[in-house]
Amino acid sequence: MKRNSGKSWLSVPYIVWMLLFSIIPLCIVIYYAFTDSLTGEFTFSNITGILDYATIFLRSIWLSVAATIICLIIGYPVAYTIARCKPRTQRMLQMLVMLPMCMSFLLRTLAWVALLEDTGIINNIITSLGLQPLPLIRNSGAVILGMVYNYLPYMILPLYTVISKINPRLIEAAEDLGCSKAKTFTKVILPLSVPGIISGITMVFVPAVSTFYISQKLGSTGTVMVGDIIESQFKGAYNPNLGAAMSLILMILIFICIGITNRVAGDEEEVMMP
Amino acid sequence: MRNLSKIITVIVFIFLYIPIIVLAVASFSSGTDLAVFKEFTLSRYSELFRDTTLLTLLRNSVIIAVLSTAIATILGTAAAVGISRMKGRLRKLVMGMTNIPMTNPDIVTGVSLALMFAFTGTVLKLNSVLGFWTLLIAHITFNLPYVILNVMPRLTNMNPFLTDAALDLGCTPVQAFFKVTIHEIMPGIIAGALMSFTMSLDDFVISYFVTGSGFVTLPVEIYNYTKKPIHPKLYALFTLMFIVILALMVTMNLLQGRNKKARIHGIAARTGKEA
Repeated sequence: MKRNSGKSWLSVPYIVWMLLFSIIPLCIVIYYAFTDSLTGEFTFSNITGILDYATIFLRSIWLSVAATIICLIIGYPVAYTIARCKPRTQRMLQMLVMLPMCMSFLLRTLAWVALLEDTGIINNIITSLGLQPLPLIRNSGAVILGMVYNYLPYMILPLYTVISKINPRLIEAAEDLGCSKAKTFTKVILPLSVPGIISGITMVFVPAVSTFYISQKLGSTGTVMVGDIIESQFKGAYNPNLGAAMSLILMILIFICIGITNRVAGDEEEVMMP
Repeated sequence: MRNLSKIITVIVFIFLYIPIIVLAVASFSSGTDLAVFKEFTLSRYSELFRDTTLLTLLRNSVIIAVLSTAIATILGTAAAVGISRMKGRLRKLVMGMTNIPMTNPDIVTGVSLALMFAFTGTVLKLNSVLGFWTLLIAHITFNLPYVILNVMPRLTNMNPFLTDAALDLGCTPVQAFFKVTIHEIMPGIIAGALMSFTMSLDDFVISYFVTGSGFVTLPVEIYNYTKKPIHPKLYALFTLMFIVILALMVTMNLLQGRNKKARIHGIAARTGKEA
């Protein structure tokens, strides 16, 4: 067996790479978060400065939690339906879910602006029916819609992977033992899809809470999110120290949220996308 | 219950494709407003092919995607082989490190790399370090976990005696890897490389923070375009890319289906049973 254990050196280049370009950058974020932007001295003022943005942090969390829950509620039946199709259809549908993910999300979000605008496609249809136009854009609803639209595939794919691997004999067994359809679902199918649910929640929540484009295009000044503020610290107002402090807090918040999800659902292994 | 699921599925697919249809239709309109269709025209497409800047941006994106995928695939596969030989705490530590870029939001990864490059720039007294190399480094970094997480399961599920057999039959460890192991883990390597390539080609957030004025990729420039009134030839580009990716995916799907069938037939032939 000795000849088998000799290969771990193969991962050395990778480990060095990740130390250089993943761990050290995070250390530099921490360094910037605790130094003054002008003098370069140690300070807590960046961290305490975030308190001014507490409402924005809370808003980002509530908008992305809402989007994640909606994704789960509408994504589950879709994943379930796909997993029940013939193998050929399954592959086609899986491809159709993945396809939008490969297309520019900036342009697709811009298309939503055209759909939702006051003089946009949907409102044109509404007014041509003789009704009053609806305020569809520049509110939290539009931002949530943009997030659901962009990140729904990241919910469907891990759910589909898990549901399609559930042994059909388990369902038969539950039915033979007298479970109703609803009971089979809540007692067998749902518990077995928990790993997919956790992956889906993580894969939707993390990009949603940190997005900055969707809120810029579909939201208003009342729906500014953490991502917008961080982006402006680096590309506009230029206070990288405040931006670093915000990134640090965002990262910690996300780790806490993932930790809570894992704790609630039990420590299951995560599922990768197919 | 089942019918309700089906109805939701149909609605979701319509929902996913409505914006794509809007953009595709707009690419044939002579107007500039996405919401209003004026007259049918193909001039957006001819304008697109005459626009050398857009084609250069597309070329830049492809160069970065190909290079970062190739390097990440080689580094990542070697790393996966190495990690699969590790045990206990060390293995957990390395896998934890692999998961960092996966769970960190893109904006944090982008910001952290941008800060490090800026920091290195001030230390080396360089004006601007941002450009091709920083972009390539960033893309390799976020691609590596995709390769490792796709190759690792293949290695764990592989029969360890296969390598032993190759060694006993006189292969050197290197030969054993290239003659045996690599064939067993190939589907994982391909899946990882494909995922890296698409992630890299479409990445906007991380690229946006680590890119300089010298070397810009298509998604980053599209973001700059969307701040102003956007030129409709971008819709033409979007539509063409949609058709190319759709064609690629359908082909892959058909090939996969054929392979699966061939495999089932192969197994059936070997076991002498009907598939």
